[in-house]
Amino acid sequence: MTEAIKRAGKRAAEGGATVVPEAMAWDSRARRAVLLYLPLACFVFILLFPFYWMAITAFKPNAELYDYKTYNPLLIAKPTLDHVRKLLFDTAYLRWLLTTMTVAVSATILSLTASALAAYAIQRLRFKGSQYVGLAIYLGYLVPPSILFIPLATMVYRLGLFDTPFALILVYPTFLVPFCTWLLIGYFKSIPYELEECALIDGATRLQILRRITLPLALPGLISAGIFSFTLSWNEFIYALAFIQSSEKKTVPVAILTELISGDVYQWGALMAGSLMGSLPVAILYSFFVDYYVSSLTGAVKE
Amino acid sequence: MTTTTAPRWTPVRTEGRWLVRLFDWKPFLLFVCMLPAAGLLLTFLTYPLGLGIWLAFTDTTIGRSGQWIGVENFEFLLSDRLFWQAVFYSVFYTSVATLGKFGLGLWLALLLNNHVPFKSILRAIILLPWIVPTVLSAIAFWWIYDPQFSIISYLLVDRLGVADKYFDFLGSTWPARWSLIAANIWRGIPFVAISLLAGLQTISPSLYEAALLDGSTAWQRFRFITFPLLLPILAIVMTFSIIFTFTDFQLVYAITRGGPVNSTHLMATLAFQRGIPGGNLGEGAAIAVSMIPFLVFATLFSYFALARRKWQQGESND
Repeated sequence: MTEAIKRAGKRAAEGGATVVPEAMAWDSRARRAVLLYLPLACFVFILLFPFYWMAITAFKPNAELYDYKTYNPLLIAKPTLDHVRKLLFDTAYLRWLLTTMTVAVSATILSLTASALAAYAIQRLRFKGSQYVGLAIYLGYLVPPSILFIPLATMVYRLGLFDTPFALILVYPTFLVPFCTWLLIGYFKSIPYELEECALIDGATRLQILRRITLPLALPGLISAGIFSFTLSWNEFIYALAFIQSSEKKTVPVAILTELISGDVYQWGALMAGSLMGSLPVAILYSFFVDYYVSSLTGAVKE
Repeated sequence: MTTTTAPRWTPVRTEGRWLVRLFDWKPFLLFVCMLPAAGLLLTFLTYPLGLGIWLAFTDTTIGRSGQWIGVENFEFLLSDRLFWQAVFYSVFYTSVATLGKFGLGLWLALLLNNHVPFKSILRAIILLPWIVPTVLSAIAFWWIYDPQFSIISYLLVDRLGVADKYFDFLGSTWPARWSLIAANIWRGIPFVAISLLAGLQTISPSLYEAALLDGSTAWQRFRFITFPLLLPILAIVMTFSIIFTFTDFQLVYAITRGGPVNSTHLMATLAFQRGIPGGNLGEGAAIAVSMIPFLVFATLFSYFALARRKWQQGESND
């Protein structure tokens, strides 16, 4: 996949030079190439190179991996699936993937439900001080997990949830709900109030309005919030590291870092294969919903 | 849009059932709607925040609830060289990385704001480093920084002949610190660039046309149009960026775990090391709590220093 993206990037950089730029008198073609396409190509190269390196290491046999003299390290002479096979059958990788998926999906559903209801109450039901409640929820987003993980660890321990994925499902909403609520408030704001008034006149109850009008119209917002929450939960690290101890209950990012690195010899092939496969679910989701990601990212910032 | 949904309703109000009426009673409905979010946030965000501050004044360890010991934890930290080193590196890491991210991110945003072919594909590619789990890309950087098989060393030494021996990126204090900052900048550029690009696209082209007619230079157009109009969004993005860079944990933990000889500990990784594997929850909490003043200061500074312009223009503060 990285290859294809890289090719596309290169094509973009090369093809661009032949396109006649917008008619601005002083923008000569050479100048444009140096000032625009060259830096852009550098950016794309640097931003993508680690992924290329990750992918190429994952499919390289060990003989090539540690011998730069006879083989060109930037290419693969004999691609192999050894590292992937080792990962899938000699470690609990599939298990970790399953745990991560369960945690991410459950946390997403939980936060999405809570946020949609809260955003509806704040933006549409409107009560005294609803603005301040919205602001308070937003401020929750500014509290970083690094400050919370120690007290949360003691709480999780006392609740008897230590070393269970359930703890993660309950804790992840702390950073998902503020974000989703803020995003959904913005979406609800864009839905005309008249639609709800019409429904009220027609005799719909508040809940019917929420279910039949507001939520369907806010569907793009819900998708944005959903995929964003999924990505954030998939990528979460510090809570998963602090709350989960037994090997088979770990999430992918934690497991790769703590389980695959054994002793002094790093299995770089397997490590890179694990990283690549651990990134794939979010990368695939991302490729389908790029526009939603961009809109939620920029929407959250602009609000 | 109404025509698709409207005909499905029964036009009579479903009366009689008490449950339906209860849910139409506004105070109750409000309560039900706010309950899940408020419950989750109060239990797992507000309470732990208070608990963390309380823990910082106790000698709690794992498995034993502690006694109130006043400011003893902080007194100990004040005389702890490692703590001050972590404070220094956190501040250094945040300032250099933020500078790098915003410099390069703004540049990339300005580049993308031109007419470029395949712009949407480019934008999608550029956001990739930000989507992929940080720990996993950090592991890739760890491999790139390998002392023996670093691809950067290979390219510079064996291919280009610029340097004569392989770099030891993570083996000593300052190279390790700069390597971590580089990885953080790499990961931060996409977020800054795409957010600022969104800001750039809201600037009206007619302003540039007017400036062109007045004979302005490219620098003047940037300095007097782009930059001032970008400031409000820049302030918000910077606040976020500073907060999450200062409290960064994953990157350092994944690449160096604070080494070599504890020289790359950030406050967050030090708090983790003392608190969870070390077992001194009280001391770990004290380190975590010490981050709060820095965060408040950084937030206020970036917000008020940069966002003031918005009030000056007479816009509302939403």
